[in-house]
Amino acid sequence: MFRFIVRRLLQLIPTLFGLSILLFIWLRRLPGGPETAILGERGTPEMRAAIRRNLGLDEPILVQYGRFMRRMLQLDLGTSISTKREVTTEFLQRFPGTVELTVMAMVIAIGVGIPLGYLAARRRGRFLDHASVAGSLIGICIPVFFLAYVLKAIFAESLGWFPSSGRQDPTIEATRVTNFFVLDGLLTREWDAAADAIWHLVLPGIALASIPLAIIVRITRASVLEVLGEDFVRTAEAKGLTESTVRRRHVLRNAMLPVATSIGLLTGGLLSGAVLTETVFAFSGIGAFVADSISQRDYPVLMGFIMIIAVMYVLVNLLVDVSYSIIDPRVRVR
Amino acid sequence: MRAPRPKVALAAVAVAALAVAGCAESNRDEGSSESKKDTLVFGVAGDPKVLDPSLASDGESFRVSRQIFETLVSAEEGGTKPVPGLAESWTPDATGTVWTFKLRSGVKFHDGTDFNAEAVCINFDRWYNAKGLMQSPDVTAYWQDVMGGFAKNESPDLPPSLFKSCTVKDATTVDLAFTRVSSKVPSALMLTAFGIHSPKALQQYDASNVTGSATDIKYPSYATEHPTGTGPYKFKSWDVANKTVTLERNDDFSGGPKAKIKTLIYKTISDENARKQALRSGDIQGYDLVGPADVEPLKGEGFNVLTRPAFNVLYLAINQKGNPKLADLKVRQAIAHALNRQALVDSKLPPGAKVALNFLPDTVEGFNGEVTKYDYNPEKAKQLLAEAGASNLTLKFHYPTEVTRPYMPNPKDIFELLSADLKAVGINVQAIPLKWSPDYLNATTSGSAHDLHFLGWTGDYGDAYNFIGTFFDRPKDEWGYNNPALFEKFKKADTTADQAARVALYKELNADIMNFLPGVPISHSPPALVFAKDVTGIKASPLTDEKFETAEFK
Repeated sequence: MFRFIVRRLLQLIPTLFGLSILLFIWLRRLPGGPETAILGERGTPEMRAAIRRNLGLDEPILVQYGRFMRRMLQLDLGTSISTKREVTTEFLQRFPGTVELTVMAMVIAIGVGIPLGYLAARRRGRFLDHASVAGSLIGICIPVFFLAYVLKAIFAESLGWFPSSGRQDPTIEATRVTNFFVLDGLLTREWDAAADAIWHLVLPGIALASIPLAIIVRITRASVLEVLGEDFVRTAEAKGLTESTVRRRHVLRNAMLPVATSIGLLTGGLLSGAVLTETVFAFSGIGAFVADSISQRDYPVLMGFIMIIAVMYVLVNLLVDVSYSIIDPRVRVR
Repeated sequence: MRAPRPKVALAAVAVAALAVAGCAESNRDEGSSESKKDTLVFGVAGDPKVLDPSLASDGESFRVSRQIFETLVSAEEGGTKPVPGLAESWTPDATGTVWTFKLRSGVKFHDGTDFNAEAVCINFDRWYNAKGLMQSPDVTAYWQDVMGGFAKNESPDLPPSLFKSCTVKDATTVDLAFTRVSSKVPSALMLTAFGIHSPKALQQYDASNVTGSATDIKYPSYATEHPTGTGPYKFKSWDVANKTVTLERNDDFSGGPKAKIKTLIYKTISDENARKQALRSGDIQGYDLVGPADVEPLKGEGFNVLTRPAFNVLYLAINQKGNPKLADLKVRQAIAHALNRQALVDSKLPPGAKVALNFLPDTVEGFNGEVTKYDYNPEKAKQLLAEAGASNLTLKFHYPTEVTRPYMPNPKDIFELLSADLKAVGINVQAIPLKWSPDYLNATTSGSAHDLHFLGWTGDYGDAYNFIGTFFDRPKDEWGYNNPALFEKFKKADTTADQAARVALYKELNADIMNFLPGVPISHSPPALVFAKDVTGIKASPLTDEKFETAEFK
């Protein structure tokens, strides 16, 4: 297992190197540059040229890339062109929001999706099965931003049960430690701050969970159905094991392998930024920030963020691979 | 391999959580909880970039720093006319290059130090003597826009400085000397970028120490954590992770009544609909940049919608360089007559919008109502095109996507109406949609491939030069013409010290521009902001300089 992890981590190096080249070329090939975003309608061609020169954007692309790589090797991601804050600082302030939102969404998706998928399979052809299949189809089809607006209109505007935007009520004086607001509230025993942060996660969490939930329901259902028809399940039943033992030890465990794979991929996808959900809920995460940075042509932020996200994506998938061996001891990672 | 028991894992997590709990201390003051009626949360479209307005160039940064800082010259409430700010009065000498400012006395900075003539000179010296990265155009954009260069310009691209020196006459009198007469003085001094900082705080937090390299600029902590002025609100915190900036009432404010609301919070909600929903659900008590279509519904629901007097212009620019036909005045006149601007204003712009007669709104001195007017007259347009031999004209018409500006709430709709008008008189329109930033701005302000495009401007301060001078006082790629007589007249207006004489020149210039017709001014639209039903006391400002100190809950 240890060797497997090390090998996978070593594979990161060429992946990141290739990604950085592609990304660098792609960003520089986008028309325009940060100077126009900075100056807006107020810029003259001379001012734009001066900013390009200052930012080193008039140099050959290889020189620019060389400078970026030199920095990268020292783990320095540079500073944002628009906010002038270090890219790492920007990331650490925004990424926790995305992680909290992702965790919330995945808790909802897994917490509801696996039981629902399992029940649908057990009651195949009955009402619950049809309802969950139809529901998951709607979940996949409905655009996230639309769902977000509808949820807000009902539960925030009309009923007033949940806040409509942000990560925390700004009138709550909350101490920041890690920028994970829920965790910070627990660490500092500011219970109201933690509760409020969780409260703010509910609606965006549900909106973001809609697609993964639908996928998890379908995969769980299909996988459970497949396992239910296996010989070993029949054998287990035949040898007189109770139904709950068969379900726990034999059905669910075997059915979970494909589900775990999809959960890994889905989590990775959500972590890489839920742009729409974050924008609609004015939720401070990396998704909305990356979108802004693209229109600002904030090259250092884009390079830095995407590189970090790539590392995370690989790590999440590594974790999933490792989890296989826990779910199914027959799987050996090498 | 045996799977680890989930219970063991859970126990490990619980132990770890207990171990870290107590590592972090709450920063709360005991008993700091306050009534929500003491707090106003205002929704804005973007995060500020920096809180030291000297280093800012974006509206959101200025919005926040306006509450923290005061300027020597202020704008009248709800208008653009210069009125006393930190200076009670100002007078030029006979040459028009030295201005004596008489300062308000008894003013204290938020850190308790005194505001006086020396503080003013320390601020001007800080800007004028800027070195290194402080001379970068993206660091001190507004100083460079108004004053040009610095004491010692480090780049050959920088023009000589308009500012020359600051001299303390006595504790409440200061002389500002300039290298020439300029239309920018004193109006431009109302820009928030010229807000006066506490000299003690500037020194304590090393405010001019912009570090890094040109490719990697870093602001000092003053700019993000310690802005210190004399304004009605003091900086309290900037929670980047929660997208909020919190300000607290300055109990020693001397520039007017003490603020009624104790805490003012700016919360970033970039999506317009999300801002509206946040207001309706009570998350925020007001927001800016109300969509034109939302004005009437929100009013109907009882919200306080305030309309700012229009201080902007939307225009159709005609580029004379790329297409030789457009250098013909008759063709430009035909385009102007072809456009049904009234229909556009009535159907696509917010209530209160007007058809523009000048490239200058009528709220600014120098506006001229007696210029050549181009009524909607498609027949005349066709006739002019025929006379110019341009009956079969094809024009590349650029318009921006993914943007709304205060003067241009819905570019695509505006494009469709304008291009339908042009097609109606026989002009073939080749539509070129481009993403606003940076593609559109690049394409329309450089090169000569753009025949027609629309763009606009929101004024910075109340002087006509800030509008018409910005557009027309020199050759620009946006318009592609060279008109030395016009440029010369602009120079004369800019260097005329006498206000009345300068205004007369502006009126002449407006008439000249509408005869020469480099483009067609389309409209002035009033942007709107909205407050909760129980919030009163705020007057809309054309400069987005709303005074929150007068706001209160009913």
